[in-house]
Amino acid sequence: MTVMEQRGAYRPSPPPAWQPRTDPAPLLPDAEPRRVLGTDAAAKADPALLRRLYAELVRGRRYNTQATALTKQGRLAVYPSSTGQEACEVAAALALQDRDWLFPSYRDTLAAVARGLDPVQALTLLRGDWHTGYDPREHRVAPLCTPLATQLPHAVGLAHAARLKGDDVVALAMVGDGGTSEGDFHEALNFAAVWQAPVVFLVQNNGFAISVPLAKQTAAPSLAHKAVGYGMPGRLVDGNDAAAVHEVLSAAVRHARAGGGPTLVEAITYRVDAHTNADDATRYRGDAEVETWRGHDPIALLEHELTERGLIDEAGIEAVRQDAEEFAAGLRQRMNQDPVLDPMDLFAHVYAEPTPQLREQRAQLRAELEAEHDSHGGTRR
Amino acid sequence: MTTVALKPATMAQALTRALRDAMAADPTVHVMGEDVGTLGGVFRVTDGLAKEFGEDRCTDTPLAEAGILGTAVGMAMYGLRPVVEMQFDAFAYPAFEQLISHVAKMRNRTRGAMPLPITIRVPYGGGIGGVEHHSDSSEAYYMATPGLHVVTPATVADAYGLMRAAIASDDPVVVLEPKRLYWSKDSWNPDDPQTVEPIGRAVVRRSGRSATLITYGPSVPVCLEAAEAAREEGWDLEVVDLRSLVPFDDDTVSASVRRTGRAVVVHESGGFGGPGGEIAARVTERCFHHLEAPVLRVAGFDIPYPPPMLERHHLPGVDRILDAVGRLQWEAES
Repeated sequence: MTVMEQRGAYRPSPPPAWQPRTDPAPLLPDAEPRRVLGTDAAAKADPALLRRLYAELVRGRRYNTQATALTKQGRLAVYPSSTGQEACEVAAALALQDRDWLFPSYRDTLAAVARGLDPVQALTLLRGDWHTGYDPREHRVAPLCTPLATQLPHAVGLAHAARLKGDDVVALAMVGDGGTSEGDFHEALNFAAVWQAPVVFLVQNNGFAISVPLAKQTAAPSLAHKAVGYGMPGRLVDGNDAAAVHEVLSAAVRHARAGGGPTLVEAITYRVDAHTNADDATRYRGDAEVETWRGHDPIALLEHELTERGLIDEAGIEAVRQDAEEFAAGLRQRMNQDPVLDPMDLFAHVYAEPTPQLREQRAQLRAELEAEHDSHGGTRR
Repeated sequence: MTTVALKPATMAQALTRALRDAMAADPTVHVMGEDVGTLGGVFRVTDGLAKEFGEDRCTDTPLAEAGILGTAVGMAMYGLRPVVEMQFDAFAYPAFEQLISHVAKMRNRTRGAMPLPITIRVPYGGGIGGVEHHSDSSEAYYMATPGLHVVTPATVADAYGLMRAAIASDDPVVVLEPKRLYWSKDSWNPDDPQTVEPIGRAVVRRSGRSATLITYGPSVPVCLEAAEAAREEGWDLEVVDLRSLVPFDDDTVSASVRRTGRAVVVHESGGFGGPGGEIAARVTERCFHHLEAPVLRVAGFDIPYPPPMLERHHLPGVDRILDAVGRLQWEAES
């Protein structure tokens, strides 16, 4: 008997009671981004940590200016600068333990360097030498990811696998504001929350996805608000306040390590340079805006705090600058050496064993190289 | 030596057995996908695995193919061997960015430091009366992506053997499971399923001397049927089952065509830009002086997969294959 046929006898009942899965209140970000520098909270910050952050920030800024200079000399194919965002980069590296994993985007070479990676190896991709210049397992740094947000599900899967194996490893995945519009961002956060994977997502909201401002990217109240829909906490932090970013990220990492599941952190920062050296930022933003953010510079903020509290003096600042200069000089000197590439590497790492088809093509290239060698009288490889 | 007891078994059962044996042999093998756990998969290929190995090893994931494959990448980075199910051919497309940009390239991007031993199970092809998005033949997309192996079984024994080989491989392998052969039965010895062929070897399913039918997956039984029917015309057709599309077994295929001098490539997917064009070109390059006729293709039409009531007109059948064989200039031989 269908519902239509039993109409006379049908007695409507109220729907089953609806129960929200969780109270969204604890998941919602604070109304204001978390700040430490220049507030009472700064007094509780560890002076050694603040000095360490300062040294890493200054070195990071110098790294950014040096890498940008290398593009002008043709030593790097492209460089997406993180100038202005150094606090996020440095805090990301310092919030992790050695056994943890970092999943950087293409803009996050500085985070990889701050984690201890050889800067030349970190720049291999951008130099055009090879796609990844390091063994990801050595420093627990995934390859720099060029497609947007696709590294986020990798971080979730790795953290999930580590937990299945009983290892208390946390994965920190970095993405920009534009990347939050990608489908992989959604799928990664959803998987992470359902699996309660020990992952921290760090969104560096630097204002623009190349030229598109945040207002054209999302209608959400903040990017941190997106966490609520997945059932994970969202945190909002001043991305130029290195102490605050370190505090919030460290808390999220501890929470994940203790089995509390993922956290989404939105760091509000600004990309002072253009998207890459190939971009003209004057087409989509004004000087006044850039100047405002220069007034909220991560290095100046921390230097002011350290100086005010007598944690560093002029000699200390000079020593940090000197260290950064030496670092840049070493990088410059090494990057100015021509890399030696072996064309036969084209076939070396496609499969564990080359297919018969690749063996034929390898033989073809070898013959071409030998012919080239002979035609140059044996003087060139 | 005792006589081996052969029993009828379906391809789906052999695939299940392969997954179970692989999981029992290696604790790092993890099966994951939508509905693979409690339900045992919509085709029941993962039936019983969650119960036997636990939900951590056979996991019902959220419904998101990019997420399924993307998290599998991270799991493989940490030393696991994920086996992911895409449920239906056309449902795999959201995962293509992960497949092409990461799965296929991670070994290459990291100069060999980080291979990804991921098996991607894709139930594919038509002939089961599925509505749209449930019958695509997507092999050309996979074949065009360097870094992937692509295999497709046509027999119960090969389903077992190729699946074990795929899971054991240190490289990503796309296993295209012909849906309409899931319930086909062969005599098989489930007590000793063995026959794990290395990936990359074609096999001559039927010997003949008049012409070679080059085919794979769901079209293999159709070609064998065509070969039987061709006997009435006096044609003795050889049938080569590729089993592996990448790597491609040029040696077996070329040896066959050199013997017969004539070849027809048969597959369900569209002919334009399809696997048959690549195969015909390879055969021509290697066997030109042995060929008595151009290499012909019998493929699905170059149309979106049709509705179920029309699919029999689209899929290459015995008659269409025999027509092509008839066009191979038989006068030359008689």
